Amino acid sequence: MPEGTLCNKQHVNTEEQLQALLADKSGKTYYEEMKSLDVDQDKLAKTLAATFKSRLKTWLSICAHCGLCADSCFLYLANKRDPKQVPSYKIQSTLGEIVKRKGRVDTPFMIHCMDVAWSQCTCCNRCGMYCPFGIDMGVMFGYLRGLCYSQGFVPWELKIGSGMHRIYRAQMDITTEDWVDTCEWMAEENEEEWPGLEIPIDKENADIMYTVNAREPKHYPEDLAEAAILFHLAGENWTVPSEGWEETSLAMFAGDWEACRMQVESVYDAMKRLNPKRMVVTECGHAYRATVIEGPYWAGLKNGQTPVPSLHYIEWLAEALRTGKIKIDPAKKIKEPVTYQDSCNYIRNAGLADTAREIMSYIAEDFREMQPCREHNFCCGGGGGFNGLGRYRPERNVGLKVKRDQILATGAKLVISPCHNCWDAIRDLEEVYKIGIRWSFLKPIIIGMAIVPDHMKPAEE
Amino acid sequence: MYEFLTGPVLWLTFAVFFIGLAARFVWYVRGLDWKLDRVAYRQWPKYGIRGALRSIGFWLLPWGTRSWQVKPVFTLVFFAFHIGLLVTPIFLLGHNLLLDERWGFALPTLPAGVASFFTVMVMVAGLFLVIRRIALPEVRILTTWYDYLVLIIAVAPFATGYLAANHIGDYGFWLNIHIVTGIIWIVAIPLTKLSHFLMFFLTRAQIGMDYGIKRGGMKSKGMAW
Ligand code: HEM
Ligand code: SF4
Ligand code: SF4
Ligand code: SF4
Repeated sequence: MPEGTLCNKQHVNTEEQLQALLADKSGKTYYEEMKSLDVDQDKLAKTLAATFKSRLKTWLSICAHCGLCADSCFLYLANKRDPKQVPSYKIQSTLGEIVKRKGRVDTPFMIHCMDVAWSQCTCCNRCGMYCPFGIDMGVMFGYLRGLCYSQGFVPWELKIGSGMHRIYRAQMDITTEDWVDTCEWMAEENEEEWPGLEIPIDKENADIMYTVNAREPKHYPEDLAEAAILFHLAGENWTVPSEGWEETSLAMFAGDWEACRMQVESVYDAMKRLNPKRMVVTECGHAYRATVIEGPYWAGLKNGQTPVPSLHYIEWLAEALRTGKIKIDPAKKIKEPVTYQDSCNYIRNAGLADTAREIMSYIAEDFREMQPCREHNFCCGGGGGFNGLGRYRPERNVGLKVKRDQILATGAKLVISPCHNCWDAIRDLEEVYKIGIRWSFLKPIIIGMAIVPDHMKPAEE
Repeated sequence: MYEFLTGPVLWLTFAVFFIGLAARFVWYVRGLDWKLDRVAYRQWPKYGIRGALRSIGFWLLPWGTRSWQVKPVFTLVFFAFHIGLLVTPIFLLGHNLLLDERWGFALPTLPAGVASFFTVMVMVAGLFLVIRRIALPEVRILTTWYDYLVLIIAVAPFATGYLAANHIGDYGFWLNIHIVTGIIWIVAIPLTKLSHFLMFFLTRAQIGMDYGIKRGGMKSKGMAW
């Protein structure tokens, strides 16, 4: 049973494995090795027997082959209605085949499954809303990703990503020390402008435990500062945990369910340790999906709920604006046409469509909906890990066209996007197609228009 | 022949129908797994029931979901086909006379003109579905021989019934063929993809509970199907 040194069925649990993978530029050797990675057919058959139960079985067998799901998929639309992009076809020709052949599939077929699972589906779950039987190809592709991962057929970046979660409990190599340092640095950095500003670490019994996306401390530490400023303005009693602060899950994109569990348990442990009243997650879609919506199930929590009630950042912000904890200066509201990117992960799959509209009603004078919008919105084009996979970059860029056209049709030049993945996709969309738009998270926009009470301003020189 | 088919064979047919569907129901529900499916089915009955009912209810209305709304022609044909498929056999005068004779009860019946119209409607709609399978690339790529077989099984009793009722050709012959295709129709419901007769309600309830309990149902008015 040959396995590569880089591409194999092993989990990445050590620094050493991780460094070896990282040293392989763009995964050249990794993908080369994959071509001769054997499929463990018995294990695949066993996994199917244990996990492929009536919900998925019925979905695959009951599909009427009616094609109603075709138009629902942005990748079908972006690829000029290529029939090979019909959601039902994509899943029947991959997972459907594995099931039909009871796991007796070969290496080229598994590589094909990997390519389809990661480059022809972002797990946005839109097709499931358009199927009369509620057949959710996004859920099934998630399952297929799990099968692929367990056999070692996973894109290089995601093998690394899930390894990061296993080793650092974060999607990037950030240690507890790095994180704490960043928090302290950001607090100091902004103290002068915002007297009394703090980023309290490991404070017990706070009202809010705030958690983030590792990209923020690593690449955009000012986001952390902005969160602190807004909590400070709102007078919140808040804290961040020194451990268990990371919400994202490349492991979810990878289908590495064990790493998913390890990651969310680190956050749940922080909840138990610090006993906050609520948790607030930064402006990230898949992070919220992973830790708040799916996480409790990975961790085996029977009621499907996080140990303490959890809010997406937009829920906290809507509440702060509604209750007047943060007041907007009417003169500073957004005057130009502005649109909002509904993230699949917290709008379609977590019910926050109204919350987003509430915020827009407080801050924008000319808010323009994309069509379709809310739960029916199209994926930005970069979800499910698609943004970060070099092997599929051209396919991703094609996929961005649907969002490009949706944005253009609104006439707005500013897109509010409180989701890291969507934000990236829209940034890349501008880079590739140059349509002259700007994009932003909510935090900087709110800071720019909030009324700052005199006692919070720096003392006059 | 007629006596035999509408006697013991019909009994057996209905036995297969009910036992088959009951078995499907039990198998499906028992195969649901809160951890694998990642839905806390039992923990939140209020959200679960609300989600399931919304998910079924909106889909039973031709204008109830965006998916139906954006495909008006298909939706019209689909509903015409299914209303014809379900209403005609149950409320047909001839079937109820037989029912009364054999089992001593009968349901209200359709006027002959309406029944005849529904029968033609099923056949025309069935033809439309076949043409659609051939004409649209996104449907063609999905279609297998099994889909045609299921369509033929579904429409056959209507075609043969129409021939018999209108005395086109040999009445006795077509009547017997009608009964045979009718029996296949009933037996095929639990045994083939036509089991969607029941499974539609179960899969819709499942996805409804998924959205109702886990994916947003607790923080919104419910999924906007
Ligand atoms: C309450 C009962 C039923 C419901 C809710 C129902 C629902 C559905 C749905 C949702 C579809 C698939 C989607 C589509 O093609 O757009 C479908 C297709 C179909 N149904 Fe039913 N159905 C029911 C009963 C029946 C019965 C009793 C028959 C015939 C024995 C039947 C025959 C068919 C056929 C042949 C198709 C495939 C149509 C095609 O080729 O596109 N259905 N049904
Ligand atoms: S809409 Fe549903 S039933 Fe129709 S082809 Fe797609 S998955 Fe199958
Ligand atoms: S989940 Fe989204 S990307 Fe995947 S097949 Fe369905 S609509 Fe397409
Ligand atoms: S990146 Fe945004 S729009 Fe795309 S799948 Fe994720 S949440 Fe949806």
